[in-house]
Amino acid sequence: MIGKFVSIAIIAILSENFVLAKFLGICPFLGVSKKTDTAIGMGLAVTFVMTFASILTYLTYYYVLVPFNIEYLQTLAFILVIAFLVQFVEMFVAKMVPSLYAALGIYLPLITTNCAVLGAAIINIEKMYSLPETIWFSFCSAIGFTVAIVLFAGVRERLENSDIPKALQGFPIALITAGLISMAFLGFSGLSF
Amino acid sequence: MSITSILIPALIVGLLGLVFGALLGYASIKFKVEKDENIDKVLENLPGANCGGCGFAGCAAMAEAIVLNGEKVTKCNLVSEAQCASIAKILGIKTEKVVKKYAVVKCLGCKDVAIDKYDYEGICDCNLAYQLGGGPKECEYGCMGLGSCVNVCRFGAISIENGIAKVDKEKCTGCGACANVCPKKVIDLVSETQFVNVLCNSNDKGAVVKNYCTQGCIGCMLCKKNCPNEAVIIENNLAHIDEEKCTNCGECAKACPKKVISL
Repeated sequence: MIGKFVSIAIIAILSENFVLAKFLGICPFLGVSKKTDTAIGMGLAVTFVMTFASILTYLTYYYVLVPFNIEYLQTLAFILVIAFLVQFVEMFVAKMVPSLYAALGIYLPLITTNCAVLGAAIINIEKMYSLPETIWFSFCSAIGFTVAIVLFAGVRERLENSDIPKALQGFPIALITAGLISMAFLGFSGLSF
Repeated sequence: MSITSILIPALIVGLLGLVFGALLGYASIKFKVEKDENIDKVLENLPGANCGGCGFAGCAAMAEAIVLNGEKVTKCNLVSEAQCASIAKILGIKTEKVVKKYAVVKCLGCKDVAIDKYDYEGICDCNLAYQLGGGPKECEYGCMGLGSCVNVCRFGAISIENGIAKVDKEKCTGCGACANVCPKKVIDLVSETQFVNVLCNSNDKGAVVKNYCTQGCIGCMLCKKNCPNEAVIIENNLAHIDEEKCTNCGECAKACPKKVISL
């Protein structure tokens, strides 16, 4: 039992990292990774949304879609659920933690259409996880996302002060860096349980 | 295929949307954020260049500081008299007089004139170079010409010419971003009507200045002696011009043996 949870954690964070192995959630990965502070904020927002979205989508799937035999509508229903959740989180954060709201700015609504969150919800159903496994997998996936974006932000902060050829300044060098980190993470794919 | 197989899914998803919509509606009332509407009004009257010359993150942050903390509108160097007046009207406070300014680089020590201490081949950034023994220039007060001010200028008003920064007065809006970023504080903001300026920043004694720069103020007092309005002050071996007394007559510039006073 515990072994399964540990293996889910290692798979979600390292060997099948959402950003670096599955290439989900690239938009915030590139957009919010200029500073470590905002990267951590974004990571936390994604962690929060992904965990709760997975619970909501799990319940929606097994208690609404399955009884009525309309599983084929899962994409539509999940988008609805996630959009609702993100809107709710946005209002909640704006009221309760204005500083985080100011730091994340336009990126909070971006999670609404974030493929990482939708991807986690769909993978949970595909792998037929139970509810605790779903929560754990989503949480660990989001931690994997946070690890990736914070690592990347750290590198990008260093890049600010380096002498980069003009043609590569900005996004090109960021994408090259992302590719290199992704290759480094490829090393974890040898881990098997 | 019966009609119910279409109706049921439509109904279920519709219902789901309705429930979520109702919850969001409730949340929007419950978590409503009270915001001072004056902030938006003030923001409309700020220049909107987001240059950061005021020291805040941008115009929005500045507007918030004006409304909530009573920050002075004139801290923004770009704001026009009309904008200033309308902001004052919104907040019901008195207007302050706006003096339009422009940036002046107080250094003439280009490559042919001033001596270098060492060859700097690092990253082209003044603040980084400054950490290496105060920069590559022998003169510790002069412009290094690595262009941090050029990068920070939002208006394309600064360029590096022959190793020192030059300000295009036509383009300069006087936002002060360059003055803030310069590690040597060699850039000064002077009012638009001031034409005569001392273009040297060195506080060293004349004999020392002569060793490393042929166009540096040596504090010889000739400008002070020739000024009819007593507008020139010599402080720390460097001439300063009092803007209030100066009439831009140019006598000091004519008298200067090193030609460091601009006309």
